[in-house]
Amino acid sequence: MVDRIPSGTRDVLPDEMRELRAMTDRVRAVFEKAGYGEVYTPALEYEETFSRNEMHSGRPAYRVFDEFGNVLVLRSDMTVPIARLVATRYRDAEPPLRFSYFAHAYRGVRPQRGQSREFLQAGIELIGAGSPAGTAEVLTVLCHALDAAGLETYRVGLGDAALYPALLDRLDVHDPERRERILTELANGDFVGLEKEVRDLHLEAADAALLLDVPRRRGGPEVLQDLSGPLHHAVTGMREVHARLAPNVADRIIFDFGLVRGLGYYTGAVFQVYDPAYGVPIGIGGGYDDLLGRFGRPLPAVGFALNVERLHIALTGEERGKRA
Amino acid sequence: MSELRIAVPRGALFGQTLDLLDRLGLDTSEVRSNDRKLLFDHAGIITMRPSDVPTYVEAGAADLGITGKDVLLEQSERDLYELADLGYGACTMVLATVAGEDPAAEALRRLGVMRIATKYPRIATRHFLETGRQAEIVEVKGSVELAPLTGLAEGIVDLTASGTTLRENGLVVREEIARSTARLIANPVSHKLKARAIDALLERLDAV
Repeated sequence: MVDRIPSGTRDVLPDEMRELRAMTDRVRAVFEKAGYGEVYTPALEYEETFSRNEMHSGRPAYRVFDEFGNVLVLRSDMTVPIARLVATRYRDAEPPLRFSYFAHAYRGVRPQRGQSREFLQAGIELIGAGSPAGTAEVLTVLCHALDAAGLETYRVGLGDAALYPALLDRLDVHDPERRERILTELANGDFVGLEKEVRDLHLEAADAALLLDVPRRRGGPEVLQDLSGPLHHAVTGMREVHARLAPNVADRIIFDFGLVRGLGYYTGAVFQVYDPAYGVPIGIGGGYDDLLGRFGRPLPAVGFALNVERLHIALTGEERGKRA
Repeated sequence: MSELRIAVPRGALFGQTLDLLDRLGLDTSEVRSNDRKLLFDHAGIITMRPSDVPTYVEAGAADLGITGKDVLLEQSERDLYELADLGYGACTMVLATVAGEDPAAEALRRLGVMRIATKYPRIATRHFLETGRQAEIVEVKGSVELAPLTGLAEGIVDLTASGTTLRENGLVVREEIARSTARLIANPVSHKLKARAIDALLERLDAV
């Protein structure tokens, strides 16, 4: 009999490890240079630490009892532990605070889908600097890290979790259940379902058309220009971020009105990292202004997490594309 | 070579899908004339069975794909964008049992559970869960009509367009579960990185 390992986990052998290590060393140098000191937190946390964040869609999947009967969880990301760390170890420290991490996180998987139970994340958190300055800083570090990793064709999608809710407010769509259904269709990328939900609102034709058209708008800074009244107002946040980006970073950004939420805790900017060499996003990030408050230190914050394994797949994909 | 690669389903949706692609300005003549070949790089078309379309599109092996809503419902956990309802290929997911007194209802009343054969185990499981009834789902790969005629199951959950096959096997529709038509789906990363090409295709789609 062959001894197996759990599905969604894997062994890393020296050839791969050398490449991963070289890549993460280059990324780490970027984080350090930008002032983001590396921290490490325990893989096991008390369950109540993660349940402070009730909106969190990436809930921990693995629970164990310790010898006293306390429930411990394997962390499902690093953002929540760092929020806890800031509220306890840096209670009186003057913000902004900057941290980076290279750590494994753990999620439940669906069978036969090639998902990982354990995956290495590389990321930063900027605590106490809100949008737009904080968002622009984090996007800049993100692009520098991807450059250092060796990716050449990556792009970063920038959306705003507040954009679509603001439009719904303006069109007097207040029923919480309807709003939730609409935002769910949007987050799932189901434009057929969205059209049905919007039709059921019985809005004026122009308003309904606006709700259907907005999430399709994505592209360079030109999509921020020449907008009508309510939309012009709704993308102020994105425009302010864009104004603070250096040209080499701004060129990488896809302004995406349909990118409304990733994980539950994002309140403002939302970003996703794409590479044409790989069919799934290789990193996510955004602003989360409510999370730190739940740990007793209300501060705005913004950060991102790159999936190191996917980053490596994209890098090898780009290299293969160049050879072809 | 085309900028976009489209996954096209062989089978019931094949003909109308190729007609649609013709109207959108793609050259499908080679696809029509060669039913062994699978990859048509010049036209940007790959062909496969309908239930594989979401797999290729989710992984980014194809940027766009066309498949039935039934397939998407059965594979609802996939990370895909559903861009448009193409309207053709209309059919209905139904619960059917043999004509006369409903044996599935009787089994549920007297045995507490009904056995249901289907090629769509997830749609069937969800339907009975949502309607509060216990059902044992038996997955079969083909000719599901055979199951209630041989005692393998009391009922079936299956897709029907005209109802002819059901009728010929002495089965009647007891419930409609969902309606299905062909859908245009997209890989989420392609939807961002190839926005211009995809939007141009959607505009032509609106125009035809």
